[in-house]
Amino acid sequence: MADRTLVVASAHGLHARPAALFVRSVTESGCAVQLRKGERSVNAASILGVVSLGIEHGDEVTLTVTGDDDERVLAELTSFLEQDHDA
Amino acid sequence: MSGTSTRPALMRGIGIGRGTAVGPVLRMPDPVPEPSDRPSTLAPAEEQARAAQALAATASHLRERGQAAGGTAAEVLDALAMMAEDPALAADVQHRTEDGATAEFAIHAAMTTFRELLAGMGGYLGERAGDLDDVARRAIARLQGLPAPGIPESATPFVLVARDLAPADTATLDLDRVLALITTDGGPTSHTAILAREKGITAIVGASDAAGLVDGDLVLVDAENGTVELDPAQERIDLARQRTATLQAIRAASSGPGRLADGRAVPLLANIGSPESAREAAARGAEGVGLFRTEVLFLGAETAPSVDEQAATYRDVFAQFPGQKVVVRVLDAGADKPLAFLTDQGEENPALGRRGLRALAAHEEVLRDQLTALATAAASSEAHVQVMAPMVSTAAEAKYFRDLAHELGIAVAGVMVEVPSCAIMADHVAANADFLSIGTNDLTQYVFAADRLLGTVSAFQDPWHPAVLRLIEQVGRAGAEHDVPVGICGEAAADPRLALVLVGLGATSLSMSSTSIADVRAELALRTFDEATELAALALGADSAESARAAVADRIASWPPPAI
Repeated sequence: MADRTLVVASAHGLHARPAALFVRSVTESGCAVQLRKGERSVNAASILGVVSLGIEHGDEVTLTVTGDDDERVLAELTSFLEQDHDA
Repeated sequence: MSGTSTRPALMRGIGIGRGTAVGPVLRMPDPVPEPSDRPSTLAPAEEQARAAQALAATASHLRERGQAAGGTAAEVLDALAMMAEDPALAADVQHRTEDGATAEFAIHAAMTTFRELLAGMGGYLGERAGDLDDVARRAIARLQGLPAPGIPESATPFVLVARDLAPADTATLDLDRVLALITTDGGPTSHTAILAREKGITAIVGASDAAGLVDGDLVLVDAENGTVELDPAQERIDLARQRTATLQAIRAASSGPGRLADGRAVPLLANIGSPESAREAAARGAEGVGLFRTEVLFLGAETAPSVDEQAATYRDVFAQFPGQKVVVRVLDAGADKPLAFLTDQGEENPALGRRGLRALAAHEEVLRDQLTALATAAASSEAHVQVMAPMVSTAAEAKYFRDLAHELGIAVAGVMVEVPSCAIMADHVAANADFLSIGTNDLTQYVFAADRLLGTVSAFQDPWHPAVLRLIEQVGRAGAEHDVPVGICGEAAADPRLALVLVGLGATSLSMSSTSIADVRAELALRTFDEATELAALALGADSAESARAAVADRIASWPPPAI
C-alpha cells in the first residue's frame, strides 16, 4: 500500500472531463485506489464518488493505492492531479 | 392495421420555415414510466444479475454510439457510460436488491440518490445531474423491453415525431437522417422551433393530431402551410417537391439587401451571441447585426470580465461587419439567464424581477465598464456600433441609458420594447431614444402574462396574436412620428409572412437567426409596401392568432402567384 497527500492543480478542480480522465486512469491501473478529501474517502474508480467530493482547485487530497506496482501507479496518479487539465 | 383509417388525413400545426419533406415516421418513444417500489418476486441474486446486466449493456451501447458519433458527442456519451458502470452505483444497487427491491427500482432509487447529491453541488455538476436520469431511464427501458428513450436510431432518413424535444435531445439529432420534425406540444418559441429555425430543418410544432402517427406512416410535411398529410397521393408529393424547388429558386435568386417589390429597403440583420455566430451571419448575407446578445459571453462568469477582455471580444465581432450596423444589447441578465455579479439571489419571480437595465442601473459600474469597452472597440473598428438597453419600462429609463451611453462615447443608444408599459408609452419613450427595437418573445410573454419557458402555457406564446400586433403598431406609429427607426428582433421576424405584416405595422428593419434571412428576403421581394400594409390591417383586425394567420394566408393566396 502506498499513499500521498497532494494539492489539486486543475483550474476548475476535479469536475467533469478531468474527473472522467482521472477515473479512467484509475480503472486502467488495475489497483484499488481510495481518494480522500477531509473526512470523506471514496473509491477512485467511481466517477460519481469522485465528483461527489466536490474537489476544487487548490484542495488538499490523499491518494491511497493498493495492489501490484502501487508505487508506480501512485506516482502516475499524483502527477495527473498535479497538472492543470483545464489549461 | 385497424384504427388507422379513423385518423385524420390532414393535421395542422405551426410551420417553421417554408420547406416541405416526405418520409416515413419514427416516433420518439414515450417517457419510460417511473418504476414503483413493489417487492420483487425474484430472488435478490436474480434481481442483482438483471440490474448488472442492464447497466453493463447500457454502458456498452452508449460507448458504441459515442464511437460512431466521434468528437464531443463521443466524450459526452463516454461519460454517461462511465456513470452506468460506476462501482459506487453498483454497490448501492446491490444493497437495494438485497433488501428486496426490483432491479428497475434499485437502479432508479440509486440514481436518484446520486442525482440529488450532484444537484446539491450546483454549478456544472448540478447541470449534469440530469444525465443520471438519462442513464437510469435507458437501463430501465432495457429491463422492461421498451425502446431506448431519446432520438430513435435509424440507418435511413425519417420524419421525427415527438411531444417536444429537450435541449439534450437536440445534441444527438443527426441532421443527415432527420427529414423533418413534428411535435404535438410546444409553440413557435419552443426549443424544437428554435433549433429548426437555426438549422434550417422543416418543422411543424404544436400539431396535436400528430399524436396518432405511428412508426412507418408516410407523411408529407408542409411547413409553409403548417400541415402534415398522412399517406399523401403521388401528385401531392410532386406538387410539394415542385414548390420546394420554386422556393429554392426564389431564395437563390434573391441575394443582396432586403427590399420590397416596390424597392423600399428593409435591412435584414442577424441575431448573434458570439464571434462564431457573427462569422456565420456575415457569410449568410446579413446586412449587419440587429441583436448582439452580450450576456452569452458572460454566462458562468463569477465576476464581470475586464474592460480590456470585453473590448477584445467586441472587436472580433465588429470586424465581421465593416461599414455595417452592429446593435449591441448590453447585459440582459436575470430570469432564465442569471449572472452571478448582477442577478439578485432568491427572487420569487425572476421574470418580473430586477433584470435587464434594472439590474445594470443597480450595478452601474458594470454598465459603465461595458459601455466603455464597447466605445473602445468601436473606435478601432469600421462597424457602425449602436447600443440598446433590455427590459426598459419607462421613458425615464430610456433617457438614463441614452445619457450614459452618450457620456461614454456611444452616439446611438436605443431601447428594447418588450415590457408592455414601454409599448403603451412608446411616444414618450421614442422622444428619449435614438431607436426602438421590439423584442417580440418577451413582449408576447408579458402581454399574456404567460411564462415563455413553461410548456403548459406555450399556446399563448404566439406573436401573430392581435394583442401583440396592436402594441407593435403603436410602437411603429410612435417611431414614425418621432423619426426614430423601429426594428424587430425576436422569433417573429424569422417567420416570412409575419415579417411582411411587421413591415406593414411600421418596422423599418428586421433581425433574426441568420438561417432565416434568405426566406424572409425572398418573401419581402414579392410584395409592395401597400400590400404589406393591407396584410397588417387584416391581421390587426382578427380576433385570434389563428384567424390572423388565416386571414393573411387567404389574402396572399388570392393574389396571382409570383413569376420566377
